Amino acid sequence: MKHIISILIENEAGALSRVAGLFSARGYNIESLTVAVTEDPSLSRMTLVTRGSEDVIEQITKQLNKLIDVVKLIDLAESVHIERELMMVKIKTTGQSREEIRSMADIFRGKILDVTPTSYVVEMTGPSSKLDAFIAAIAPDSLIEVVRSGATGISRGEQGLHL
Amino acid sequence: MELNGAQIVIQSLKDEGVEYIFGYPGGAVLHLYDAIFQQDDVKHILVRHEQGATHAADGYARATGKPGVVLVTSGPGATNAVTGIATAYMDSIPMVIISGQVPSPVIGSDAFQEVDMVGITRPCVKHNFLVKDVSKLAETIKKAFHVATTGRPGPVVIDIPKDITDPRIKVSYKYPKKVTIRSYNPEVNGDKEQIKKAVELLLTAQKPIIYSGGGVVLGEASKELINFAQTLGFPVTNTLMGLGAYPATDKQFVGMLGMHGTYEANMAMHESDVIIAIGARFDDRVTGKLDEFCPYAQIIHIDVDPASISKTVKVAIPVVGDVKPVLKQMLELIKDSKKKPSKKALESWWNQIDQWRAVQCLEYDRESRLIKPQYVIEQLYQVTKGEAYVTSDVGQHQMWAAQYYPFDKPRRWINSGGLGTMGFGLPAAIGVKLAFPDSDVACVTGDASIQMCIQELSTALQYKTPVKIINLNNSYMGMVRQWQEFSYESRYSHSYMDTIPEFVKLAEAYGHVGMRVDKPEDVRPALEEAFAMKDRTVFMDILTDRTENVYPMIESGKGHHDMTLRVAPGTSTDRELA
Repeated sequence: MKHIISILIENEAGALSRVAGLFSARGYNIESLTVAVTEDPSLSRMTLVTRGSEDVIEQITKQLNKLIDVVKLIDLAESVHIERELMMVKIKTTGQSREEIRSMADIFRGKILDVTPTSYVVEMTGPSSKLDAFIAAIAPDSLIEVVRSGATGISRGEQGLHL
Repeated sequence: MELNGAQIVIQSLKDEGVEYIFGYPGGAVLHLYDAIFQQDDVKHILVRHEQGATHAADGYARATGKPGVVLVTSGPGATNAVTGIATAYMDSIPMVIISGQVPSPVIGSDAFQEVDMVGITRPCVKHNFLVKDVSKLAETIKKAFHVATTGRPGPVVIDIPKDITDPRIKVSYKYPKKVTIRSYNPEVNGDKEQIKKAVELLLTAQKPIIYSGGGVVLGEASKELINFAQTLGFPVTNTLMGLGAYPATDKQFVGMLGMHGTYEANMAMHESDVIIAIGARFDDRVTGKLDEFCPYAQIIHIDVDPASISKTVKVAIPVVGDVKPVLKQMLELIKDSKKKPSKKALESWWNQIDQWRAVQCLEYDRESRLIKPQYVIEQLYQVTKGEAYVTSDVGQHQMWAAQYYPFDKPRRWINSGGLGTMGFGLPAAIGVKLAFPDSDVACVTGDASIQMCIQELSTALQYKTPVKIINLNNSYMGMVRQWQEFSYESRYSHSYMDTIPEFVKLAEAYGHVGMRVDKPEDVRPALEEAFAMKDRTVFMDILTDRTENVYPMIESGKGHHDMTLRVAPGTSTDRELA
């Protein structure tokens, strides 16, 4: 099962490589990883998407917690949460297909950021599955480039991940 | 007080109560060595190879419980230390390793003797630091000692660029009494509810066993373990790392468990209905085949590291905390409880265990015309009256030492369990001897292992650490040879060395006493002679039966109940190798 693990980690050089190193050393897989500084400049927030059995996820969270730089973490899959990913897609498009792509972007609530006579760049956010669906709806030979940020997430309700 | 970076390092170590630094100088640490030269409080032990420094510090730490301290230079000095750091990491030994680094401005430029020490050691340290600011140096050192010695202990590396120790740059110095790290608060006491549940389960057990490991040694909980076990009357087995935490000569002790554990320990584990694992981590050398591990048991697990719990074996009742306070709380609950362990059930359980004991799985051929390695260890035990600190290298001799030297006290058995590092024994023995100059220290080793750090014989002379080296010489990498015999139809691929040095001459060349023993009847007198030479390091080259194997054995892929025992105990096993 897919798990989104949110981590508050000391904003220090090497902290990211401790997390990445842990995953490679112990043979866990990382589907995506995003990291940026928080409103408290001493902390970074990392969102890590991984898959594994319950036992593996339990080990992953324990091993992450064991890293001295990790301050706190939660597995978002354990509660109701919102998941978002940002994607930009460059699509080859001329003549008739231009209208088609535009309406497709509308259906998926995407925005067209860049237009040339032969291409569009479409921006889209949503759960990763929605972005997958958009890609699947576009003819593969018209895709020039796909850039995805990896998922981030936040829990619903008043509770939050902070110190 | 205004000090430069180099002085801060040494003063901090002094304020931390460090007696010895084990190290080797080089370019990036010259400022530090100059600061060492100008004081006498912290003594520096000059090794002959950085791996030796780490093992010596490690041996010192294992014997004393205090953190071992290492100082190495950048580049090759740092990489040479990595094996020893990984060794300490696998066995959770508190160490602080200070490595020099090239000056900050040239980091990343492939400067002379530059290596990314923080990167290289990341997977084998509890934590590491790169110091970027001399004003943070004292605090970083304090943090390193705090992390290394609390929770589940482990090695911590402090990488210090050369400009940080520049003698011209002085800052005000104050060694912090305490540090807090907001992201690091190891659980100590254990959850009360979990402890209660554990005790309830223990008191209903019919076939209980206590499986205790290195955590009891590290957590200084030997006394509590003994109280706990003797109040309950349960059998106790120790892991390789836990030997000595429960007295091996006590009648409740059923021996070591696992791959080369006793028949009775492994059978009792297999048949048990309630296991309490105390500071042990269900290592693969202990469990054997996981699917067949303890099929009837409900398991309680006390460990300070939550990640050790249910890592390989699912447990029913986990208790996260230091073994000492947790055992104390359990003992109180047991004493206060109206329910007592069933006398009848325990009696029949002990009867069963005695039947397994009757197999005498550690018997060997005592009539052999060759020197049996087991006999040497038994004689070593007698000559040292069971009081010696025994270090070992890795292989057959290590298992024999664990099996035939019954340790009654913790911290007396010093070996590389998790990483299995050949070359550990001699430098570790030097570290132990420095800590306990009046105690007998023996290094049980083999002809292959001893050659991996043999250069430390020179260190032993320089610092007058008269250890006794018991070299069980069978001209083979014995354990490799044994596996090749069992699993590769005796194709002894590269487990034999055509040339082995004359150890007696080698020992003499290093300024020590060399002795060669090749007859069983000479073993005892030679040991007595060696241990009588209180002020000399003695290298005893003992030519043992080359064909001897370690039994019992759980071959790989098998369960506890499926042990290979010595064929026909008591019959002669003298034979020629195929």
